[in-house]
Amino acid sequence: MERSAPVTPPHHAHDHHHDHHHHDNYHHGHEPHDHDHAHNDHDHAHHDHDHSHAPQPAALAAVAGLHTVTVDIERAILDKNDRLAERNRAWFEGREILALNLVSSPGAGKTTLLERTIRDLRNEMPISVIEGDQQTLNDAERIKAAGAPAVQVNTGTGCHLEADMIRRGLDSLRPAFGSVLMIENVGNLVCPALFDLGERAKVVVLSVTEGDDKPLKYPHMFKAAELMVISKIDLAPHVDFDISRCEARAREVNPEIRSIRLSARTGEGLGDWYEWLRAARRHLAFAAAQ
Amino acid sequence: MHEMGITQSIVAIVAEQADGRKVKRVTLEIGKLAAVMPDAIRFCFDVVAQGSALDGAALDIIEIPGLARCLDCGSDVMLAEVFGQCGCGSRKLERLAGQELNIKSMELEVVLCAKPADATATPKSRLRIFRPGTRNEWKDPHP
Repeated sequence: MERSAPVTPPHHAHDHHHDHHHHDNYHHGHEPHDHDHAHNDHDHAHHDHDHSHAPQPAALAAVAGLHTVTVDIERAILDKNDRLAERNRAWFEGREILALNLVSSPGAGKTTLLERTIRDLRNEMPISVIEGDQQTLNDAERIKAAGAPAVQVNTGTGCHLEADMIRRGLDSLRPAFGSVLMIENVGNLVCPALFDLGERAKVVVLSVTEGDDKPLKYPHMFKAAELMVISKIDLAPHVDFDISRCEARAREVNPEIRSIRLSARTGEGLGDWYEWLRAARRHLAFAAAQ
Repeated sequence: MHEMGITQSIVAIVAEQADGRKVKRVTLEIGKLAAVMPDAIRFCFDVVAQGSALDGAALDIIEIPGLARCLDCGSDVMLAEVFGQCGCGSRKLERLAGQELNIKSMELEVVLCAKPADATATPKSRLRIFRPGTRNEWKDPHP
């Protein structure tokens, strides 16, 4: 009972026992809270009426009580998303689809990298794309123009994609057995780190026009990623971005992270990225054969 | 910015578990490394709870400090951030605690037992315990 509702009678005139047997996960909760109640062992608030427990039916008036019980829930808050993500993951595994979750700040060059990758690998691996943005169909149009099936998911005010949005995207995209699914997340280095989509790996894209301390500023994302792509390296001579220092900082946060430096514009370093994709596909096919 | 969506999940899960009963208090466990700000959750909670079974409920947040084990020397390392370094110099850390994002419990207001003031009412009309597994605490003198 809260302090504002002192409905406990001033003296304890009745003598019935309070030996409630609650459901297993029920217990009277008192630990850290400061309840104000006159009963010693629980907060049973009786209506203010005069009653005794003498065996007279009329005297057995209302013994209605407002009572608080604490119920253990012990549920992960993101449980629902995590379960849907696991379903997506199983769906991908069954079809040997390599699903990658591409994350970055807005403007790091995710879409440009995908356009180039789709054109370069069109004869080698089928690629389809789920595009996440708050608004517009622009990125999906760009991907389709590059020659790959794409579906745009607009999150509205949402700052990240969630597993059920991927599920719905898959329903219309229907990626082929053994293909590659690129999920281009909303440009944001914070929230997408928390939401599993069922992907095989997160790939974080960081351009040299940003700060080389971003791995330290957004450690959750760099911790969650398996690969860091440093993009726009053709611009490196014109900016103060120190690539080696950035990679060292990323390893501080995540000693296991791999780094690939590339420029989707000049093509420099793209071979490393394609090799990484091929290796990931081989690994997937090998795991499926086991 | 993701705290609003997370708070909506909290309210939805608790309201579902409460099954129509009034929730007086919700207790969360949030790890210091969970990338979720307790203050932002508190800010969103009152807004999101409005009009739901959680309207007016108190919110308790238990913050859990970050703890990891060094994979090279085996020592325990306290973490203030999602990454860190062991005294031995290693950065290979296995996180043990601090990533929690859980709803621990809720406190419900329930009418545990009630007997109508009109003692002539038939036993059928008397209100009994709502939850399975609980037992009526008053003894009916006229079974």
